[in-house]
Amino acid sequence: MTGFIAKSTIIGVMSLWMIVSATASNPEEDEIVFENAGFNHKCFNCHGQKTYHYFNQSTEKEVKDRMNPYFVIDSVAFYQSNHRNFMCTDCHSSDYENFPHNGELRMEPQFTCMDCHGGDPTFAQYQFERIEEEFQQSVHSTKHSNDFTCWMCHNPHTYKINARNNLNINEVIIYDNNICLSCHADINKYQLLSDQTNPNVLVTHDWLPNQALHFSKVRCIECHTEIDKEMLIAHKVQVKEKAVKRCVECHSQNSLLMATLYKFQTVEKRNKLGFFNAAILSDHYIIGANRNYYLNVASLIIFGLTLLGITIHAIIRIMSK
Amino acid sequence: MEQRLYLYPVWLRIWHWINAVLFLLLLFTGLSLQYSSVEFSFIDFDLAVTMHNVSGIIITIAYFMFLFGNMFTSNGRFYKAKRKGYISDLIVQIKYYTYGIFIHQKTPFPVTENRKFNPLQKLSYVASMYFLLPILILSGFALIFPEIIIKNVFGVSGIHLTGLVHIISGFSLSIFLFIHVYFCTIGKTPLANFKSMINGWH
Repeated sequence: MTGFIAKSTIIGVMSLWMIVSATASNPEEDEIVFENAGFNHKCFNCHGQKTYHYFNQSTEKEVKDRMNPYFVIDSVAFYQSNHRNFMCTDCHSSDYENFPHNGELRMEPQFTCMDCHGGDPTFAQYQFERIEEEFQQSVHSTKHSNDFTCWMCHNPHTYKINARNNLNINEVIIYDNNICLSCHADINKYQLLSDQTNPNVLVTHDWLPNQALHFSKVRCIECHTEIDKEMLIAHKVQVKEKAVKRCVECHSQNSLLMATLYKFQTVEKRNKLGFFNAAILSDHYIIGANRNYYLNVASLIIFGLTLLGITIHAIIRIMSK
Repeated sequence: MEQRLYLYPVWLRIWHWINAVLFLLLLFTGLSLQYSSVEFSFIDFDLAVTMHNVSGIIITIAYFMFLFGNMFTSNGRFYKAKRKGYISDLIVQIKYYTYGIFIHQKTPFPVTENRKFNPLQKLSYVASMYFLLPILILSGFALIFPEIIIKNVFGVSGIHLTGLVHIISGFSLSIFLFIHVYFCTIGKTPLANFKSMINGWH
């Protein structure tokens, strides 16, 4: 009987704890307020879906039509993005509030990143000016017209700071590589800026050993940008001839990945278990970059003792002959 | 004149020298990969990877040759675990190597037709060939095909653990190599055992 009561008490306490933990809300999550969600809802009502409804006054009928897929904005992604508190009309004309939209509105000039972020001390830490400088020198800028804007890579409706505050390195890699692949693996977007067909990245990288592993463990920009240690994210994309091709650039103790992919991680020289470039080790392992200090020392001692033992044994053998 | 024993059949000698050359190549390229540097390298990283992988595959084929040879010829009997009293035999052999040899005692377990290895040799050869080398080969193949490795083991990258196992077993075998070569000089003459592994006669 006592055992039954004890078990019941334990189960009761555990259940209560589980209920309390499940219902306890994260205070930070509670604080998220989408200031302009109500206003934006009028736009998302049509532009957040694949179809939209309107009343056609000429035919006096309610019409359901398909939305142009390029004008559909993922509202979930928008409200997770850095611009989530914007009103649509902060960037688009307020005339869009009228429906049907005036056709000439499509000709309105679009803002660029620098229109808002340039020269603003609030954004100084993001180094927008240096980013623009690097971009102007990049192959994206020098080989293409002014049509190549920040928007080609950073969709203003979905862009969110990633590498800087995401501890999951795999998510950072996927997010950043998808930016490159949005053109380099999509001929429709690629041909917005080029008359050529986009080269197949799997074929152009067929020289790369363990290609699938490299593609899932590092970002395109690791090899294809010029690394500037002052820059948080390198934007100077180089011509392919200048891409990193020497394995040791990454596979060594001074791996360049520590200046790029792992820049935002803990960048201590050695962790407490003695691994060099330990920030890499949470999910990955790079031959040559992740040596272990203690194993290095232990192996040298064992090797040294072995040679010493052999030498002493040999000397005594010779002397006792 | 002392009777000569034919202890090293042709297949065993061929395997031994293939294994020796490949092991040295693997050791050299493996060290080059582990201690790769932008400033200096004995051999280019990508060439070292290719040489290491190819040598690893060939040494595996050679290992199967060794396994089949021991399975289907009488050479396998030398590797079988012995009767009771093995530990005391081992201690006798260690005492001989650490003391007796210097005062010209006779070797306690001389080579005969049925006893190619002394107890210490048997232990080190069995540990190397049936424990460390299989671990080295398996972890090596896992690193050639890293997609088959478990991604995460208790919060640590599976590839990282496999890499550590590969390096530690490779290092242990390279220590064995040095000791093995030195102990081979303990024969009638310092070169006698090396000659035996060339002509087959002990």
